[in-house]
Amino acid sequence: MLGFILRRILLFIPTLLFISILVFFLIQLPPGDYLDTLILRMQESGSSVDAETEALLRQRYALDQPFLSQYARWISNIVTEGDFGRSFNWNKPVSELIWSRLGWTLAISLGSLLFTWALAFPIAIYSATNQYSLFDYFFSFLGFIGLAIPNFLLALVLMWIGFSVFGVSMGGLFSSEFRDAPWSIEKFIDFLSHLWVPIVVLGTAGTAGLIRTMRANLLDELNKPYVEAARAKGLRERRLIWKYPVRVALNPFISSLATILPGMISGATIVSVVLNLPTTGPLMLDALLEQDMFLAGSFLLMLSLFTLVSTLVSDILLVLVDPRIRLD
Amino acid sequence: MLRSRPASQEALNKADERQLTASQWQLIWWRFRKHRAAMISLAVLLLFYFVALFAGFFAPRDPARVDAQFAQAPPQPLVFIDETGFHFPPIVYGYVGERDPKTLRKFYRVSADDRHQLRFFVRGDPYLILGFIESDIHFIGADDPDSPLFLLGTDLLGRDMLSRVIYGGQVSLTVGLVGVFLSLILGILLGGVSGYYGGWLDVAIQRLIEVLRSIPTIPLWLTLSAALPRNLTQLQMYFGITIILSFIGWTEVARVVRGKFMSLRNEDFILAARTIGTPRFRIIYRHMVPSFISHLIAALTLALPIMILSETALSFLGLGLRPPTISWGTLLDGTQNLNAIALTPWLLLPVVPIIITVLAFNFVGDGLRDAADPYA
Repeated sequence: MLGFILRRILLFIPTLLFISILVFFLIQLPPGDYLDTLILRMQESGSSVDAETEALLRQRYALDQPFLSQYARWISNIVTEGDFGRSFNWNKPVSELIWSRLGWTLAISLGSLLFTWALAFPIAIYSATNQYSLFDYFFSFLGFIGLAIPNFLLALVLMWIGFSVFGVSMGGLFSSEFRDAPWSIEKFIDFLSHLWVPIVVLGTAGTAGLIRTMRANLLDELNKPYVEAARAKGLRERRLIWKYPVRVALNPFISSLATILPGMISGATIVSVVLNLPTTGPLMLDALLEQDMFLAGSFLLMLSLFTLVSTLVSDILLVLVDPRIRLD
Repeated sequence: MLRSRPASQEALNKADERQLTASQWQLIWWRFRKHRAAMISLAVLLLFYFVALFAGFFAPRDPARVDAQFAQAPPQPLVFIDETGFHFPPIVYGYVGERDPKTLRKFYRVSADDRHQLRFFVRGDPYLILGFIESDIHFIGADDPDSPLFLLGTDLLGRDMLSRVIYGGQVSLTVGLVGVFLSLILGILLGGVSGYYGGWLDVAIQRLIEVLRSIPTIPLWLTLSAALPRNLTQLQMYFGITIILSFIGWTEVARVVRGKFMSLRNEDFILAARTIGTPRFRIIYRHMVPSFISHLIAALTLALPIMILSETALSFLGLGLRPPTISWGTLLDGTQNLNAIALTPWLLLPVVPIIITVLAFNFVGDGLRDAADPYA
């Protein structure tokens, strides 16, 4: 067991390493480099840059070095000093800009996952124990719609309905009067009244998928002889279902950390742009449109790290919880 | 009784024989046909592609034609019955321009005082059929090509939304097809190599797939399209986007192909082919690929809507296709501004074909997946 966890963590490191190389490659892709932009900025602000200074700067930023040593410099700065490079657009170190954004992305994605769990659990159990009932069909249908409607379009339509029918703006996480206010109970209530929109929008697709898998798993379990045996021995139906089959069928909830959560982290990017949330989405989009590549690359790297960690946690939890999963 | 028995037996045998001698594709088709939702969806999709193929004919106007005098006009309903009787082809009412007394913003109202009789197959804006045959016949239009006909309203510049949605389908419906095709080629190639040769190549390709799949898709796509040079032509941009979309798509194909190769490698018929000295490449494309291609097609049909949506999302965010290219995504560009949308909600209408297409592809994909293995 310990060996498996250790091996799994060891595997995590090379994957992350490759991802970081790929990310660095991507942020180098647009024509021109760090320095061209910097020089352009300096010329715009009136100071001229002669060839000597340029060569000096090029050396200082190691831009005359081959790709791999540039990469080594970039990644070692991140690992040792938490220095992600500089954002041209904001003229600030990237590390000052990203953490709160990443925090919100994580919070909203995890919130959506909890919402998904809370909704999928009872519905899946109901649908499996009352197969082909009216509600079973109803939820299947609803789930299909939820899967098919892309979440940013759902956000767009919700925003429009909120604005034109109810006259409220559903964007953002706070009303304007609370945006810069310190945390208080009123602010928290206001926050909750905004939070449900992104959580519902991000949660629909995942909920539908989770219900489908959990329902199928539970149906498989319910047809097994041990359930029949327990029933024959007179165990009450409710107790019977909750004590064994439900527990056995719970795996999709754990693996949703690896399947649904990354989708939410990814989907949150675009939903946040539509809903104007203070997550990574809008800032990353701006950075990409302005070719502020260090900022965009840092977001990409950190979001990939989130995905990797959630997969890792899910893998380890599955092995801990379910002895049927073979370790090799 | 005695006589009828051999007859029914014969009928049974005939049905059996039909079943037994049918080709794999015939069996797949027979099973697919039973899936009603999939059949309806297939019909809808074929219709969509047909309309997109002959967009010039079905669009009432040239999608780029600007009618500034009718900017931001609301949709006109088709009127079949009014106080003057029954109309077929239907009529539409014209617009009257008004000014909001408070904001002084100009807006249009549909007014029954101004009628326009529509006709089928009328002459209007010129266009090219399939890109090279000149024509100006449109499926539906008013007698006078200059009279207003905006069944889905107009955009900010006064261009006809219906025509733009129809033309947008040309890009949005094909971007996924090309993307899926590229994914298929890459996936079969790399997945096949991985599964057939095994060894360090397999390890390397599997690692690459794992790395690509751990990066959140939408941020990755955004980054890739931001890296596309800004001065590409419309066509280059189109192919750039399809390449980006297949950047992730192939990994799924490769995984399926690799799994199938690994299990097929030890099957008797492959062994037999190898024993009689069939070249390796011939074994792959003659014996292995045909045995799992139906699964792949099902998997790819389910991947198509994701690609269509991704194009829409990228273009919507301004990182995909850009005007003057018309796609469902670029049509939604600008709907991020809520104040604008509250006044002109019909600009959100491209959402409808997107959702229908995505739903239909999902149903067809489900049907194909169930039918993919006709011997099961």
